[in-house]
Amino acid sequence: MKNFAHLIEVLDQTTKTNEKVDALAQYFRLASDKDKVWVIALLSGRRPPRAVNTSLLRQWASESAGIENWLFEETYHIVGDLAETIALLVSSNNPKTAEEMPALHEILESLIPLKNAEEDQKKIFVCTYWSKFDYLSCFAFNKFFTGGFRLGVSQRLMTKALEKYTQIEADEIALKLMGNWDPQKVSFESLILAENKEAHEAKPYPFYLAYALEDDFSALGDVSLWAIEHKWDGIRAQLVFRNNSVYLWSRGEELINAQFPELLSLGQVLQTSCVLDGELLAFQDKKPLPFSALQKRLGRKKSSEKLRAEIPVVFMAYDLLEYQAEDLRAQPYSKRRQQLERFSFGGPLQLSERITPAHWSQVEEEKGRSKEKGSEGLMLKKLDAPYRVGRKKGEWFKSKLDPMTVDAVLTYAMRGHGRRSNLYTDFTFGLWHTSTEKEAELVTFAKAYSGLTDKEFVEVNQWIKKNTIARFGPVRQVNAELVFEIAFEGVSKSSRHKSGYATRFPRILRWRKDKTIEEANHLHDLEALLQ
Amino acid sequence: MKDPLLEFSDKGIYCPKADVYLDPWRPVDKAIISHAHADHSRWGHKKYIAHEHSVPIMQHRLGDIEVAAKKWGESFSINGVRFSLHPAGHIVGSSQIKASYKGETWVFSGDYKLHHDHYTTPFEPQKCDVFITECTFGIPAFRWPDQEQVMEQIRNWWQQNAANGVTSVLFGYSLGKAQRLSYHLNDAIAPLLLHPVIYAHNEVVHSVKPLPMHQKLDQGVDPKAHRGALIIAPPNTQDAQWLKKWEPYKTAAASGWMATRGARRRRGYDTGFVLSDHGDFNELNTAVRASEAESVICTHGYTEIYSKYLNSKGIRATTADTPFEEEPNES
Ligand SMILES: [Zn+2]
Repeated sequence: MKNFAHLIEVLDQTTKTNEKVDALAQYFRLASDKDKVWVIALLSGRRPPRAVNTSLLRQWASESAGIENWLFEETYHIVGDLAETIALLVSSNNPKTAEEMPALHEILESLIPLKNAEEDQKKIFVCTYWSKFDYLSCFAFNKFFTGGFRLGVSQRLMTKALEKYTQIEADEIALKLMGNWDPQKVSFESLILAENKEAHEAKPYPFYLAYALEDDFSALGDVSLWAIEHKWDGIRAQLVFRNNSVYLWSRGEELINAQFPELLSLGQVLQTSCVLDGELLAFQDKKPLPFSALQKRLGRKKSSEKLRAEIPVVFMAYDLLEYQAEDLRAQPYSKRRQQLERFSFGGPLQLSERITPAHWSQVEEEKGRSKEKGSEGLMLKKLDAPYRVGRKKGEWFKSKLDPMTVDAVLTYAMRGHGRRSNLYTDFTFGLWHTSTEKEAELVTFAKAYSGLTDKEFVEVNQWIKKNTIARFGPVRQVNAELVFEIAFEGVSKSSRHKSGYATRFPRILRWRKDKTIEEANHLHDLEALLQ
Repeated sequence: MKDPLLEFSDKGIYCPKADVYLDPWRPVDKAIISHAHADHSRWGHKKYIAHEHSVPIMQHRLGDIEVAAKKWGESFSINGVRFSLHPAGHIVGSSQIKASYKGETWVFSGDYKLHHDHYTTPFEPQKCDVFITECTFGIPAFRWPDQEQVMEQIRNWWQQNAANGVTSVLFGYSLGKAQRLSYHLNDAIAPLLLHPVIYAHNEVVHSVKPLPMHQKLDQGVDPKAHRGALIIAPPNTQDAQWLKKWEPYKTAAASGWMATRGARRRRGYDTGFVLSDHGDFNELNTAVRASEAESVICTHGYTEIYSKYLNSKGIRATTADTPFEEEPNES
């Protein structure tokens, strides 16, 4: 457990991918085979069933710490993470050696039968462990119940670490980890090291990424040299169909077969082995659904039938990278596209429509229709360009819609829930509204977090402490004085917000120190942005 | 109802009977200062009164000021109100300020800690009727580990960095934390260097209370000749140019805030060590109990939560706002 807790600490302390990979690879070198298999299971979302719910954990932790429930909840709110709060309150304040604590696989295996145990047995089990652990191990242990301790470790990152440790290619390892396997029964040898033919077959190609177009369209030269289509607001994906099996890879080169089972039967439509590049989109009535709908599907490791019916998805194809075992990437886009169009499209397999304008002004017009089409803007691909690797300038461009902005007044600030305890991180903004009988007042329209520099962040925090009018638990109402430019991707009507509108991805663009609150925008300015 | 002996005004904690302010944040005629940290000892008062150990530090930071030095426990009277200073254990010279008038006693804690750091004069509890306490770390999530354990963590971290040929840069507030680290660490692992700001503070503090003297990080100090060194530096130099010369390096901070992952991450250090010059939750409770005060006023930190907690334990407590900065780096 000590090694694992240390791993969690190192992962937690760095945001650099290569350091995370190194830390994991180092863990794999040191850990026993049984512990290794369990860590692979945990990091690929196969943790033991949740034996205890979080409300019981909170209750027992309050009791163990000798504090009342309200104080536990306040503390939790400040610390922001339940597993950490409990560890801070109940773990042993003395360091523990590895020998003093049970091994990771022992703990995890004892969690499996715990699910069906009586409540008081569960309580004894959990509280006993708490007292045995130091802070870090206690934190890691709690994460087995609360979840979410992947700490920025994607499946891809883990397979990279395994590649480093075993010298087996990461994509192959990702394939080996697909499907059902039981960490209690499988050995590291059979899971990772043994040959697996299927793993070779499923490999995707590295993605080719577009640059943002900064100039006018006309700077791209002759419009007839470009393939133009909408930029779909889903997730970039490759659909690999080889030897009668379909594999879906996201741009992070993670296998996402489990989340989208309805797309796995697309082999029957495609019939010929191939690799398609395209976009996974939530899609209904011939129109893309907002990205938030797709997120719901992505968030579930396994999708239910109900969710599938509620949020149908399609694979919107726009490129063909391999056909009948032949790599087409060196061929010009126009030829790949020609071949692509020969497939039969419909239902969950869609073809991204090509726009064939005679002039750049028509491209501009089409971009203006992005909203009604449910896209983010346009994609422009040079007709004679091969399919390259990574981000290369000159042949693939994206032209996104500008975000909408308004100037709004800071009205409330909330203490950070999560990474920023004891700081005000969540800001609420208001716009002016004048109702018939009343004077103008500020009406809340959005909450936003990011966008300030560290220096501004500190400055705003100090300002908040000195300009508080009222307090509601973690929230402070502040003097109406500071103006910020808020950007967002879209506006829709909403009954959830006092203003009657909801904005998409609101964020602070800049602090308008040059503006007074009288210069902030009105609610009707927001209304005007509604399409 | 009689007037309170101390009240909270827009200039600071005020004693109307004596016409004197405690740790005022706006310029006043007469100020009693709990300790030399910038948020408590501000520039611009006509007359200062402070503990004799604080005086040279205040002069170092504020320049030419008119200041009267007092010893611990020495009682002095202003308009019939008796005042005295008592050790608060926070930093060198840090004092609780006691005020008594007609049999009623108030104590303002200033900043304090109860655990001994073996350098600062330890906290001495004072009985009083009203105890004005800080509560920077007034929630139970804060439980300080043993100091020696933390120093050992720091040494291990340094040792490991030195073995990898990496410089260790440890950030700690230049007044308080830096002296505590200077006192407990030595150059047994590799050279120990002090940032010039800290070196200057150490010299001043050394004049009132002896400290082991370490090498100053001058312009001329050659990184190549000091491989694996530990540099103690003030937190606001985290992004400074001089650091470049010392690459490769790892950074760490020593502060009570380092107890939570959120704070560790937010402040962007590679590592955090939980070392505070404020009391943790239990220390606050011990101090409140030891004061035997009938009522408690919570001033800075988690005031609302902590006062609610005290009330739930049958101790009458209220809150008062002060602009003492929740300066994360000095905690
Ligand atoms: Zn202080």
